Amino acid sequence: MAAVTLNEVGKVYAGGVEAVKGVSFEVADGAFCVLVGPSGCGKSTLLRMIAGIETISSGTITIGDRVVNDIEPASRDIAMVFQNYALYPHMKVYDNMAYGLRNRGTPKPEIEARVREAARILEIDQLLNRKPRELSGGQRQRVAMGRAIVRKPKAFLFDEPLSNLDAKLRVSMRVEIKKLQRALATTSVYVTHDQLEAMTLADMLVVMNAGRVEQIGAPLAVYEKPATTFVASFIGAPPMNLLPMTRAEAEALIEGAPLGVPDEGAIVGVRPEDLMLPTGGARPPGSIALELTVGAIERVGPETFVYGNMARGDGVIVRLPGQVAPASGERVSAVAPREKLHMFSADGRQRLSG
Amino acid sequence: MKRSVFTHRLLPYALLGPQIAITIIFFYWPAIQAVWQSFLLQDAFGLSTMFVGLENYATLIGQPEYYHTLVNTLIFSALVAIISLSLALLLAVQADKPLRAGGVYRTLLIWPYAVAPAVAGVLWAFMFQPSLGLLARGLREMGIDWNPLLDGNHAMTMVVAAAAWKQISYNFLFFLAGLAAIPRSVLEAAAIDGASPTRRFWTIVFPLLSPTTFFLIVVNIVYAFFDTFGIIDAMTAGGPAKATETLVYKVYFDGRLGGDLGGSAAQSVILMVMVIGLTAIQFRYVERKVTY
Amino acid sequence: MVEQHRFGNVLPHLILWIGILIVAFPVYVAFVGSTHEPTIISNGQMPPWPGAHMIENYYRTIFVGTSGTTREPVGTMLINSFIMAMVIACGKIAISILSAYAIVYFRFPLQMTAFWVIFITLMLPVEVRIYPTYKIAADLNLLDTYAGLTLPLVASATATLLFRQFFMTVPDELVEASRIDGAGPFRFFKDTLLPLSRTNMAALFVILFIYGWNQYLWPLLITTRDEMQTIVIGIKKMIVTADAITEWQLVMATAMLAMLPPVAVVVLMQKLFVRGLVETEK
Repeated sequence: MAAVTLNEVGKVYAGGVEAVKGVSFEVADGAFCVLVGPSGCGKSTLLRMIAGIETISSGTITIGDRVVNDIEPASRDIAMVFQNYALYPHMKVYDNMAYGLRNRGTPKPEIEARVREAARILEIDQLLNRKPRELSGGQRQRVAMGRAIVRKPKAFLFDEPLSNLDAKLRVSMRVEIKKLQRALATTSVYVTHDQLEAMTLADMLVVMNAGRVEQIGAPLAVYEKPATTFVASFIGAPPMNLLPMTRAEAEALIEGAPLGVPDEGAIVGVRPEDLMLPTGGARPPGSIALELTVGAIERVGPETFVYGNMARGDGVIVRLPGQVAPASGERVSAVAPREKLHMFSADGRQRLSG
Repeated sequence: MKRSVFTHRLLPYALLGPQIAITIIFFYWPAIQAVWQSFLLQDAFGLSTMFVGLENYATLIGQPEYYHTLVNTLIFSALVAIISLSLALLLAVQADKPLRAGGVYRTLLIWPYAVAPAVAGVLWAFMFQPSLGLLARGLREMGIDWNPLLDGNHAMTMVVAAAAWKQISYNFLFFLAGLAAIPRSVLEAAAIDGASPTRRFWTIVFPLLSPTTFFLIVVNIVYAFFDTFGIIDAMTAGGPAKATETLVYKVYFDGRLGGDLGGSAAQSVILMVMVIGLTAIQFRYVERKVTY
Repeated sequence: MVEQHRFGNVLPHLILWIGILIVAFPVYVAFVGSTHEPTIISNGQMPPWPGAHMIENYYRTIFVGTSGTTREPVGTMLINSFIMAMVIACGKIAISILSAYAIVYFRFPLQMTAFWVIFITLMLPVEVRIYPTYKIAADLNLLDTYAGLTLPLVASATATLLFRQFFMTVPDELVEASRIDGAGPFRFFKDTLLPLSRTNMAALFVILFIYGWNQYLWPLLITTRDEMQTIVIGIKKMIVTADAITEWQLVMATAMLAMLPPVAVVVLMQKLFVRGLVETEK
């Protein structure tokens, strides 16, 4: 068990593409860290650098108290679960799990014991004699996990391990991964582009964009106080409504004490779930209001999404509990309490509200 | 290119070693020698050689026999390609239909690929042997004075038959693969549009098959140029009176039996250029598959 | 499929059977020829059905040989052909898979050069460089040896390209997983790549065995002694130009024996054969 520390880590590919730009963070011993971001943001490259299958162009990576920059992947004492599982197609499940231990010269009885133990934990005991192609997607996923845990490594690395599964299986595997990680208390770094997966799994969330870290923090802290408009729109679904406004436009949203918008204007953000459509025009004091014309309405059962447009054209999504909703074409006023408002600098790089 | 590779200083060279060594010793060195020799002239006894520049080429081009052989080769190649391609296409189109026991037909048609050219030559030579061959007897009964030992056209017919026979199976397999790749829905759409089966073949199937056909034409020409040496040597040895001599056979004959090493080398170089041309054409077809 | 009309199903069968008969006819005639007495053949009286001398003719072919120029029994030639075909097929596969491994899984100076050096040999078939190659083989004392018979034919761009193509389709994650599992280049090759290449190797083997068995021009030059002859060379030498003394019944028996191994390989391993043929032409 060990902490994983990244210090100013950068990656430049031959050809000059800068995939990762000076990333630093520390994953505490036993913590579950999720790297999340859109595809091409550098999160997988970063993970592969931790694994040692990608060279490090600058900075240092430390696992435990050892700088691993020049250490072979096999000697870093990590295990990795790949997106396509990367099971050895010609080996039985047992051999897939035992291979890494055999290469390290682990004594046979111990290999046997560890593989059986891992198989028991993952409930794949009855699959040990099968080849990967005879397994379902979920089973392959479990074998890939098994291959990682038999090694009892210092850290688990997960590269979008659930993205090849169907939606239902993804949810149940997600819960299991979390449970397993809790039980083993092994430091984990997990890469995903799915914000829901990131929110539910992480102790520590690292949001990345274009090779840089946008924000690091506990999932709910990131949700409640996104540091940039990128994070605001990436975390949460549907994404936060972000409305670039001049100072006058922004101040006009609210009655009473001014919002304190800077002279150059700001981007005002409000999450769809924080907006309400009060009936009867009774607007709570100190709230902001967006005047909308209702466009499309999506009823998904427990909640309803209302897609409206402001007079100047910006689209706004409102997420309402239950199935009550205005009719399409109706003019409504969407209201949110003042403290649910997020304000960002006009370039979106900085959070202005507290 | 692989995303992830091994780093090892000497291992890749050791892995490449055997192939590169054999390639240099038995491919590049002889090829360079051939080019070099084509600039040399050896006297009749092989005692002295001298550098003569392009003289060997000039002599060659000035020779009516060389043209004769070139024309022979072209006629031979064209006949072999046309006959084996059209028979193979006819058979492949039939075998592509959803027939009962379709797989059996394939098995029964592909095996001649495995017959050595020289052996194919011997089989056909036996049937066409003027005094005792089964086919020769039939031809004689039809009133044809069959004698490939004297008549150049008869000899040519014989080698073409053997060479085309051997190539049918190869063409058949590739046509079959090409036909299988044509989407059924296109044919169904044509049928709904009222095209008759014959019309469907010429307006839909044949055009869609053209990449395969083109590829096969090149392969068949290469085959007729180079791989039929055994057939010709076993059946006619280029005779009678060089009526069935192809370019490759002439290289062999002039170099070994005629002792004209310089001239033979010059012919080799010309052939090499032809192979490079044909290979280049072939790669235009497969270019998307070789990405480097 | 588009509906066939009433006769649509009879005609294809008919055409295919005619095709099969044409294709099989020369071999049938050869078989018939291998079962008759020499006199009935040389008289031009051979009937179109098999005769009664099959066992006698084949026995003489395999164990005794002809009475003419090539006195070597065909049994020896079969062994030579078999050795040549096996060495060429296995040798090609071995050196090609190694060099493809180097080209795909390593990065090193001169990598591109190595690739092109191999690739260009596609354009240098043995037929166009026979004498210089012969001379080198002679200088290296390789005449009338198995090494001389096989070595120059063992290098092959086709097989290397095929393996390269296949390796490119092997997911990168497998190497990465292997490296994390502590496997170096040797282990990865032995434990993962080689087992995954099995089908490709088998398909290639079928094609290369036939290629090796059917070689003609090169063995013709490189072998002078009768006991080094392959069957494909031997059969041609049995046909005497003054044809009265050609022992056709033995020639035809030899032809049958020369065809048997490669044809059996094609028929018995048809799937691998078709795969190999299509793959090597890519």
